[in-house]
Amino acid sequence: MAVIIKKEPEQKTITIAELLPEVIAIRKRGMRVCQICAAWVNEQFELSYTFANDGNYLLLTLRVVIDKDVEVPSITPIYPSAVFYENEMKELFGVKVENISMDYKDKFYRIEEKTPFGPESEDE
Amino acid sequence: MARKHKRNIVPFGPQHPVLPEPIHLDLVLDDEKVVGVIPSVGFIHRGLEGLVDKRDFKEMVYVAERTCGICSFQHGMGYCEAVEQIMNIEVPPRAKYLRTIWGETSRLHSHLLWLGLMADAFGFESLFYQCWRIREKILDLIELSTGGRVIFSVNQIGGVLKDMDAEMLKHFLDVLAEVETEVHEIQKTFMLDYTVQSRTVGVGVMTKRQIHACGSVGPFARASGFKVDMRKLGYEAYPDLDFEPVISNDGDCYARCDVRIREIFQSIDLIRQAAAKIPDSELAAKVKGNPDGECFARIEQPRGEAIYYVRGTGKKFVNRMRIRTPTFANLPGLCEMLKNADYADVPLMILTIDPCISCTER
Repeated sequence: MAVIIKKEPEQKTITIAELLPEVIAIRKRGMRVCQICAAWVNEQFELSYTFANDGNYLLLTLRVVIDKDVEVPSITPIYPSAVFYENEMKELFGVKVENISMDYKDKFYRIEEKTPFGPESEDE
Repeated sequence: MARKHKRNIVPFGPQHPVLPEPIHLDLVLDDEKVVGVIPSVGFIHRGLEGLVDKRDFKEMVYVAERTCGICSFQHGMGYCEAVEQIMNIEVPPRAKYLRTIWGETSRLHSHLLWLGLMADAFGFESLFYQCWRIREKILDLIELSTGGRVIFSVNQIGGVLKDMDAEMLKHFLDVLAEVETEVHEIQKTFMLDYTVQSRTVGVGVMTKRQIHACGSVGPFARASGFKVDMRKLGYEAYPDLDFEPVISNDGDCYARCDVRIREIFQSIDLIRQAAAKIPDSELAAKVKGNPDGECFARIEQPRGEAIYYVRGTGKKFVNRMRIRTPTFANLPGLCEMLKNADYADVPLMILTIDPCISCTER
């Protein structure tokens, strides 16, 4: 019979200042970035950075909660493959991400509406 | 006199004969060599994730299914998995087996579709027709058991909407036996034909290290020796089935083709195992209340790991639904693979990640 690995996902809420040191530590553990997403909850952005350890199928999510106008540092210097996730978060939600290795300046998603899932869009 | 190299940017897509769906790539070329790739998407962005405000958590199953026309069933199943985990719903065993059978059937039709497109991309028309002729048998099975050929609409929160009786399961196995024989025939052509090998062997090589750095998933990653398959997480009936991830170590276009063909046989085997063990039970559990909490559910789609994030606040409408599709995860790998490639190989190499842009843009 096949060996099935059942792991409960881990989640950790951190501050912006802790983000890059945490991501560096995760990178050292050999985990891969598997998704980054934003949600607009209680008038704040809730950012989820999810990493996977493929050796044991562990999923770890770092949660950062920020106000609308706060800038969040890019993790692309640590994980270059996060570039599309961060551009997506910026263009669809309006999250301010600074120092993305390749900032598309709203040209990754070729759509007419600006930040369609962002708070401004919700207010309309 | 030293030859002057001139850099050009060549737009590739969104409309291109090799692309079934629109993605745009700006290819930076140094003569005929690709030295940089800048992708952009959004031509078919539908904002499906934004529909959480307009459709309640049960109706969102059908929205999730419409993310893509090829892995529609698996999108519905992934969303259901996430909501069921939040609400602690125990899905009846028969429903888990039925989801597994339909999930593997959709993997079969997806891989056969890709093989056809691959054959078409290197100009092997008769092989393309053979692949799609076989795929038609799979689509007929899907239509017979669910009533749909593209959107199955058999998933619901807590289970499934339709059953398969013993006669239908036997018919499934009979047709799959025919399909297995026919795929063995086309496998010889894909793996041994000189023309196919000349276009795929040693082309678009990705090492295991590159795959890991790029966060690539699915057959694209497994073809480089990355032994990861989300079915090992044990969702649906997979804990009861015997299988190991299909891998190859060469990491080229040929290896990706090889992995997908062997996954066809694996899917047929998994359906056989599931049909032999399927238990009797209800088709769906009762759903009480609304989702309150959040969950990241992962499943293995035909193109690789897909992640479904659902966040509910105890209301009928969930606060956030996010789908991270395998093609989105494979974009950095695609850019890495295309660097230093010959321009003539670009269409074929793009196809070997099995890009699904509907999924990617949602």
